[in-house]
Amino acid sequence: MDLTISTFRGALLVVFTASCLLHGSRGEIPPKATGGVTLLPPVKPEVPHAYPNEEKSNLPVFTMDYPRIQIPFEITLWVLLASFAKIGFHVYHKITVWVPESCLLISIGLIVGGIMHSVHEEPPAVLSSNVFFLYMLPPIVLDSGYFMPTRPFFENIGTVLWFAVVGTLWNSIGIGMSLFAICQIEAFGVQDLNLQENLLFATIISAVDPVAVLSVFEDVSVNEQLYIVVFGECLFNDAVTVVLYNMFSFVADMPEVEPVDVFLGVARFFVVGLGGMGFGILFGFVAAFTTRFTSRVREIEPLFIFMYSYLAYLVAELFAISSIMAIVTCALTMKYYVEENVSQRSCTTIRHVVKMLGSISETLIFFFLGVVTITTEHEWNWGYILFTLLFAFVWRGLGVLVLTQIINPFRTIPFNMKDQFGLAYGGLRGAISFALAFTLPNTIGRKPLFVTATIAVILFTVFLQGISIRPLIEFINVRRTNRNLDTINVEIHCRLMDHTIAGIEDLCGQWSHFYWKDKFMKFNNRILRKILIKDSRAESSIVALYKKLELQNAMEILDTVSGDISAAPSIVSLYEEKKSSAKPKKKFLASDLKNMHDILSKNMYKIRQRTVAYTGKHALPNDSHSREILIRRHASIRRSLRPQSFQTSAVPKSHKYFSLPAGKSLDSKLFPPERLSFTDDQETMSEVAYPSRRSRFGQPARSSSRAMMPLRRLDTLKEVPSLDVLNEGRSESGGKGRGMSRTNSSYSESHVPAPRRHFNASADNNNGSADDFRNVHQEEEEEEQEQPSSPPPGWVAERSDNSTTQNPLLRRPQWNPRK
Amino acid sequence: MGALQSAAGQPGYVDLAEKTGFSFEQIQVLHKRFKQLSHNEETLRRDHFSGIPDLACNPIRAQIIEAFFDRRNYHQNGEGMVQEIGFEEFLVVMSHFRPPSLHMTEEQRENVRREKLRFLFNMHDTDNDGTITLEEYRHVVEELLSRSGALGKETAKSIADAAMLEVASISMGHMEPDEFYEGITFEHFLKLLNGFEIESKMNIRFLNMDTSTLCK
Repeated sequence: MDLTISTFRGALLVVFTASCLLHGSRGEIPPKATGGVTLLPPVKPEVPHAYPNEEKSNLPVFTMDYPRIQIPFEITLWVLLASFAKIGFHVYHKITVWVPESCLLISIGLIVGGIMHSVHEEPPAVLSSNVFFLYMLPPIVLDSGYFMPTRPFFENIGTVLWFAVVGTLWNSIGIGMSLFAICQIEAFGVQDLNLQENLLFATIISAVDPVAVLSVFEDVSVNEQLYIVVFGECLFNDAVTVVLYNMFSFVADMPEVEPVDVFLGVARFFVVGLGGMGFGILFGFVAAFTTRFTSRVREIEPLFIFMYSYLAYLVAELFAISSIMAIVTCALTMKYYVEENVSQRSCTTIRHVVKMLGSISETLIFFFLGVVTITTEHEWNWGYILFTLLFAFVWRGLGVLVLTQIINPFRTIPFNMKDQFGLAYGGLRGAISFALAFTLPNTIGRKPLFVTATIAVILFTVFLQGISIRPLIEFINVRRTNRNLDTINVEIHCRLMDHTIAGIEDLCGQWSHFYWKDKFMKFNNRILRKILIKDSRAESSIVALYKKLELQNAMEILDTVSGDISAAPSIVSLYEEKKSSAKPKKKFLASDLKNMHDILSKNMYKIRQRTVAYTGKHALPNDSHSREILIRRHASIRRSLRPQSFQTSAVPKSHKYFSLPAGKSLDSKLFPPERLSFTDDQETMSEVAYPSRRSRFGQPARSSSRAMMPLRRLDTLKEVPSLDVLNEGRSESGGKGRGMSRTNSSYSESHVPAPRRHFNASADNNNGSADDFRNVHQEEEEEEQEQPSSPPPGWVAERSDNSTTQNPLLRRPQWNPRK
Repeated sequence: MGALQSAAGQPGYVDLAEKTGFSFEQIQVLHKRFKQLSHNEETLRRDHFSGIPDLACNPIRAQIIEAFFDRRNYHQNGEGMVQEIGFEEFLVVMSHFRPPSLHMTEEQRENVRREKLRFLFNMHDTDNDGTITLEEYRHVVEELLSRSGALGKETAKSIADAAMLEVASISMGHMEPDEFYEGITFEHFLKLLNGFEIESKMNIRFLNMDTSTLCK
């Protein structure tokens, strides 16, 4: 007992040192050091055992029960270590660009394994049992299933299934047969391997796992078709592989195989695959239906998603049907409905947790792969392993070549040679192969050889192909797709295209993809949505995208605001330091910090509300005349500009400063007039000032940049609240000169007694603002001239755009369609 | 299937195949469909199209049908509308939806892309003045959303407005304050849908086999 504990302590120390080495940052050491400290006295609790009759009755002052916590403790440490490694890679971005993360993880694992081996420590027992299939695999698959790009997937579903099912069969049988042929050669000394075992082994290594490749594909943004086929293939071929594996490992135990067994095997194959799909769909719908009623218990909403998917997985496992298939289809089915039912926050939570669990599982597996490579016993057979590598490579290439020729006539866009190369070369082996090899039954005599060969194949493909695929893909210049097009126009045309093509197909009188899609959408809208979704108004994808963009916009604004909460005081204090004649700084900081927080937090809600209103504006019919109002407003601005243009333009840009405190409660003495003349660093200030401005204008009555207007025109603006929002983003980003209007209005509202002449003075001092002032004046004159001639015909260009040229730094997050 | 053998021999087919790029079998199938639609007449009229039941619930039915009667889609510089179309016109319009071939140079790809976008552009530009005005664009979006139930016309309008705003900001970038964005010209349209892979989206797999008996 003593011995095991001390060895374990050694192992832990190794772990600590290893993880310290990994990322080499001092900051991480303290928590680990404390961990070490708690571990150091493990000998103490053992003392009573060694001397059982000594001080038994006394209450122990300090006890320790390591075995009690051992398992979760070790798991936590391993997860932590793997996660630290992950942090480490991303410290230097360049590493992960050229070397896939899985390579790095395996390398780290190799190092840790080496250390463990040198101290004769047993590898963790994680993979020796059901743990992999019950705990490690589901998160990975759920991750892939949940984030599957649905539309391209269904557009290419035929090809995906073709490659996943037939491709895997092709690989398994091809590799198995060829290896069996190799086994007949005496020189290699592996004649004892029979066909069943070879097939089993071939199944294991034909499971592709292109995580590394997918990230490369994403970076290079290869065309959608190629991407989705690799993605889908990896998912479904996991399922196929597991099925085949179960079949072959069953068959491998049998002394001889009868023809009936082959037919039964085929039948079982379908039962397993389709059964898994059925369970997945069932649980997916149940999950969607459940979330219909969770509006009162938002905090447990995400839980349902995980529990139902896991339940689907377990039930499928119970009946020994494809659990991977079950969880993938479950995720695919429920995603669409669940995300509409749950709140925005739950949705984010679900996505994050799915991603987190998935990436942790994957990290651990690759990590263990490295560890186990070193610590297990290997049976190295040059001939067998080299031929395995060769066959794995050749059959994959051949398979893609042949299968593509068959599938190409059925594809709208056929795969060209470059795509085929990408497909073939992207066939890395990974986690599934490794786990399957490790869970091989011990009845198979040559298990060590299989494990060794599998690890060799994985290492070979992950390192060699994984590292070289990026340069190769870039070199042969595979067709690329711009995948992040989130503009309304593109969405409109996508939809338009769908309908056009469906229409033309109807005209041609042929059934195809779109016909079925159309049918499903009708069924979906008429029945499924009514049952599964709480608020089931059919929503056009254009509207959905529109909302999404708006929400994104709002989120960005929120981010800026929250960033400013912390930033604001510091910048303010900076100013205080600069200002020699500043007055009650301490007080200002203390009281206004809270104030600012207050304002900003209120402001956040206002932004929310406003954004909702903005979004709502486009969903509600009653706000329709925005364009007309905008035109009218422009006209009215011009009108009102005429009389007082001179007066207004006298307001210099330094005003912006005013909006900094932004709370009505901030009275003027906190902002001594002298500070107002301080016009340097306006950009920075305006960043700070921005949210506060917003708070003030929680009502969307925001003056457009062009409006250099006096106080009373604010009323005009208030009449037309909604449209301001449209160009608000742009006008807010206005440069120095443009900022005047809003400062002007803030001036009016906050009643800060800042004498106007003061601004004039500062304007005179400041050439820049004087220029601005002149420009503004000129512009106004121009406007006046133009005004009679042009009543805006239909489309008013937002002037805002030229403000960005004026001062690009000032641009704040706004709805940027080019994104 | 006796007609199929005579198909290759039919005189007009060679020209048609050359002009549109369809294979004989495809032309055969489409011709059969054409006759079915026109009730064995030589020409198709609009009311023939509106009789297709599957098309009836297509929100942009009108635009699709109009596209077949638009001279711009037959020749490079055709103009105006026709009342009746023959089989050749029918095929030519259909040929806009042919998938790109496997081996294409960049230049060819660009041409295909332009051609397809031109078709789309013509579909929007109903008055044939070379620009898609806001009115025209609104109309398109309205039609698109017309089947979406609760969404009113006004929503469509504001979405179209937002889209137009987007176009303006993409294509013009810098605009003078009182400049008006008059409409999307074809050049802007190209720019706008730059990332949108029209050549891989706007195509139909024309079957060589005759399936028209299966659906009406």
